[in-house]
Order: sequence, then C-alpha cells, then structure tokens
Amino acid sequence: MEFQLTESQRALQDAARKYAREVVRPKAAHYDETSEFPRDLLSAAFELGLLNMAIPSEYGGVGLSHLEQVIVCEELAWGCAGVATSIIANDLANLPIILHGTDDQKKRLLSPFGEKLKFSSFCLTEPGAGSDVAAMSTTARLEGDEYVLNGNKCFITNGGYADQFTVFATLDKGRKHKGITCFVVEGRPQGLTTGKHENKMGQRASNTTTVTFDEVRVPVANRIGEEGEGFKVAMATLDNSRPLTASLSVGIARAALEHSLDYSGQRHTFGKPIREHQGVQFMLADMAMNTHAARLLTWESAWVLDEGQRNTLQSSYAKCFAADMAMKVATDAVQVYGGYGYMKEYPVEKLMRDAKLIQVYEGTSQVQRLVIAKELFR
Amino acid sequence: MKILVTAKRVEDPESKIKVKPDGSDIVKEGLKYKINPFDEIGVEEGLRLAAKHTGEVVVVSIGGKEVQEQLRHALAMGANRAVWVNHTGPLDQLGIAGLLQKVAEKEKPDIVILGKQSIDDDQNQVGQYLAEFLGWGQATFASKVESLESEQEKSKSPAVVLTADKKSVQVVREVDNGLATVEVQLPAVVTTDLRLNQPRYASLPGIMKAKSKPIEELTPAALGVDVAPKIQVLKLASPPARKAGIKVPDVATLVEKLHNEAKVV
Repeated sequence: MEFQLTESQRALQDAARKYAREVVRPKAAHYDETSEFPRDLLSAAFELGLLNMAIPSEYGGVGLSHLEQVIVCEELAWGCAGVATSIIANDLANLPIILHGTDDQKKRLLSPFGEKLKFSSFCLTEPGAGSDVAAMSTTARLEGDEYVLNGNKCFITNGGYADQFTVFATLDKGRKHKGITCFVVEGRPQGLTTGKHENKMGQRASNTTTVTFDEVRVPVANRIGEEGEGFKVAMATLDNSRPLTASLSVGIARAALEHSLDYSGQRHTFGKPIREHQGVQFMLADMAMNTHAARLLTWESAWVLDEGQRNTLQSSYAKCFAADMAMKVATDAVQVYGGYGYMKEYPVEKLMRDAKLIQVYEGTSQVQRLVIAKELFR
Repeated sequence: MKILVTAKRVEDPESKIKVKPDGSDIVKEGLKYKINPFDEIGVEEGLRLAAKHTGEVVVVSIGGKEVQEQLRHALAMGANRAVWVNHTGPLDQLGIAGLLQKVAEKEKPDIVILGKQSIDDDQNQVGQYLAEFLGWGQATFASKVESLESEQEKSKSPAVVLTADKKSVQVVREVDNGLATVEVQLPAVVTTDLRLNQPRYASLPGIMKAKSKPIEELTPAALGVDVAPKIQVLKLASPPARKAGIKVPDVATLVEKLHNEAKVV
C-alpha cells in the first residue's frame, strides 16, 4: 500500500493548485456575489486542460486516471466549489459516452471538447424524479431513424451555456427503470429550451437551469447503449462521479480549515490568540482529522475504479462522509470566526453555503446511506 | 535555434525557512521544493524564442534524483528534452558553472538562459562564470521595456530579440538607474531578471506529455569536471529579529525623537 503521491500526481496537483490560487480565488467572491457565469475562469481552465480531464487522450482529452482527477478536483474546489462544479460538469455529462459509447460515438461526441471551449450538461433530474430515477417522465419515442424527446429536466448544471446534452428518457414509463434510455443531443436543436439561471444558496458561480424538450429529434446513432440500458448507464456514471463530488467536499473543508487556522492565530480574546483556547483547538483538530479521513476515503474510492473494480460501496462511503464532513467543518469555520464569520466580507460563510449543496446533489446523504446499506446486504 | 535553459531545485519561496539549532543547515523536513522562479522565467523566454524561430529548448538541472521533478516541470511547460547532471553533495558556484560549461559545449546551443540568481543562496554568479568559462558574451538581468500587462506580454513574444542577420541578440537589461539595451553576439549567455516575462502555467496535457519526454543522465565524472567545493559554509544564522516600531502622536514628537534618539536629523 502506497500513501505517497507520485511525482506526476504532485505535478498535476501543483498545476491545479496554482490555477485555483492565482486564477480562481481572486474572483471567487465576485462570482458568488453576482452569480454570473465565470466564463473567463472556465476558459483559462480549458487552456490548462482542466476541463474534460476524464476524456481519454485518444479522443482529445487529458485522460487522467480517477485518482488523478480527484487530486486535481480537490484543488479546484479549494479555489471555489461553484467554479469546480462547472468544470467537472462536462466530465459528468460525457461519462456516459466514455463508459458506454461506441468508438464512432466517442470520436463524434467527445473529440470536439478537446478542440474548443464547449459545455455539456448531464440531464437526469426532473421535477418529480431525482434519486428515484425510475419515476422519470421525460419520454422518447422512435420514429424512423430518430427518437423524439419530450419532457422537463431541472437543476441542470451549465444548462444555459451547454451545446451538448446527455439526456435520460423513458421509452415506456410502465417498464420503470427498464424503459430508461440514454441519448446525446448535439447543439441546441429546435424544441430544446433552457430556463432562467436558478438563484441558488451556494455554488452560485455554477450555472443551473431547467431544460425542456418539446419534440426534440435525436438520431438513433446518438443513443448511448441499448434501449432500456439508461438506468445502468446512469448508475455507472454516478459510481464514477461520486469520488469527484467527494473531492469537492474535501477541497471546501481544507479551505475552511486553512482559513480557521489562520484567523484563530490572529484573533485575540482574554489576552491570547483564540487558537490557544482549548475549545477552539478541539474544533480545529476535528476539522483537520475529518478532512483527512474524507480525503483518504475519496482517494480509495477513485483507486478502486482505477483498479477496474466496482466502487459503489466505497464511492458512497466517500461521497456521504465527505459531504456531511464538509458541512460540519464549514459550519465550525464560521464558529471559529464568530460574528465575523457570519459576514460576507469574510470567506467562510460562502464555504458553508457551498458545502450544503454537496449533501444534496448527485444523491443526497440519505440516499447514499441507502446505497451503502444495500451494498452491505448483498 | 537551440536554447539551453536551467532549472535549479530550490525551497518553495512560500515555505517558512528555519535554521537548524547547530547552524549547520536549514531544517529540510516538510519543506516543499520548486523550480527557481528566475529559472522558470528563463524557461519561458526560451520557449518563446523557440516558438518564434523554430527551435529546440533543452533544460538542464544538477542534483540528486529529486531534481527530475523540476526538469519534468520545465518539460511540462514545453521544453523538448532534459539533461540531468546526477550529483549529490555540496557544490559551489564555480562547480555549477564548470558543469554547465561542459553541458553547453556538448549541446552547442545558440543561447544559454539562466536565472540571474537562485532564491535559495542568492549568489548571482553562475551566469557570469559560465560566460567567462565558455568565452561567450553575456547579457545579465534581462528585462524589457514593456510591462507585464502589455500587449507584447499577452502575445507571448520573446523580449530577447534576434537581430536581422541572426548573429546576435538585443537584450534590455535592468541596471541601477533604469534600463540599458545591449547587443551580444551569439552564442551568448543571458540571465533573467524578474520583469522579463510571466511564465506560463504547466497544463495538464503538458504534464502528461512530459512523462514520456527524454531525460539524459550525466555525471560530473563523465563530464570531466572537478566539483570539489572551493567555498565552505561554516555556519548559518537567521537574521536578528526586528524590534517592533513605535507610534508617535504628532510630527513634533517624531522630529524630536529623530533628533535626540536616532540622531539622524
């Protein structure tokens, strides 16, 4: 067992850290405040190859291993979790193609992402179907050599700026999850509309919209996997993306810890820096310990995937533990800052708002526990 | 055009440096290392020259196996290949310049670009020695007239300008009272100052590609250089801690104190 990062893993970490520190951090408060789309930051990320990390190099991506991706992603989230979510949204949307696409589909649908800045959205969630994927009501019907999509998707990351959409729809609602099928919609064809950017509590730099399909036509060649395989495709995608989401939490928590260490050394009460009070020390120790524990779970869950093994259990451990941990650590950071922590002039209340979303998206912490229990009963 | 650049491994400028209690060395446990920032500027300038004049950038570093990390960083930025002079143990500026001389004689570059100094010892000697050993011209403290926010910088064009006959380069140097432009015949040695350029970031694809770029290993013995140091470090000590200043209520008190206590007015 090897706990040391390799030289090239450290180089990737350094590159992402430099981008997070010098490019993202100076703008993080601005994009949090305005909730504008951070195009300049994403454009810089594209130039550095931080977008599309998961696309294999033979299809024009960077082709990082899962472990390398989570190492990089922690740094991005340390810079700003909203920007990081926008960055990894492409990989989330492209994972179904990476995992289940044919060679032709990969060439056509993945390669353009390496050539120019382009966004893709993963469209699974609906107003009435989140983790309960089988309740999906977006439909697909076959007409000649095209499928026709109808329905509404919500909470779609980068929806307003995407020019490719990976969409899950059912061929027959009566068949529950066995009717679900995955499609890739290229461009913004007639009938596809996106709603206004949602006014979110946290991760405000990431664009979030509804996406509506009204008689949107998709060629059969853009069906990923077979008819009825969409549920399997979605679950495999989430097994792959949970380590990334977990690493976002670790990045947020590390930022919260660092701010707290710094501030607790400057702020004095009762004649000494507050970090010399035992009550504050206990909080700082717990923050550091839990951040590190989450990092190790995250690395393990990515490593298992790199070994070619199923990681459903480990990735749910990682995502659930890391998300809950980040929420607690960020809340404690606000506590360490006291009244100042509640003020927007200080950086920690943003971390608390950003962390909350990770307990919710890509499977709530409760759903992760259901997955864990199910795995334990196997 | 062939450009030889250096990549010294130095302590991360953001790390806290502590001297060992016995003064024999600094505390190295837990320290992070980086490419010398001035060398990084040299790598960037080399890459810009190579891009403009279709050339090759070769990066060299001296040290134990760990310096491969800095070589890979330069390769990730875009250098074509690397030369690693494998040497552990003490080395002074004459030894470094002697090794670089042999590497330069072997590689026959048009220009050698080095940082004007490294941020660990801040000696500022190697470039000058190297030019002398090679018998080449030198342009130290290369800078530029344009600012780091200028269009020239954004377009990533080199500040070291090749003359029309391609036999020399014009270099803007930082000197005590401003900037001076010199022309130096090729082959030449250039050392970089802080405001020459803003080094590019290593990209992820660059890092992945760097893994398969060649690193040639050499040794002082193979290069025929005696690196026995002529300088011996006796003791390291931190600068004395500065005493906190005082606040004075008004100008009259300030003048009074400057006159009677500091005795400077």
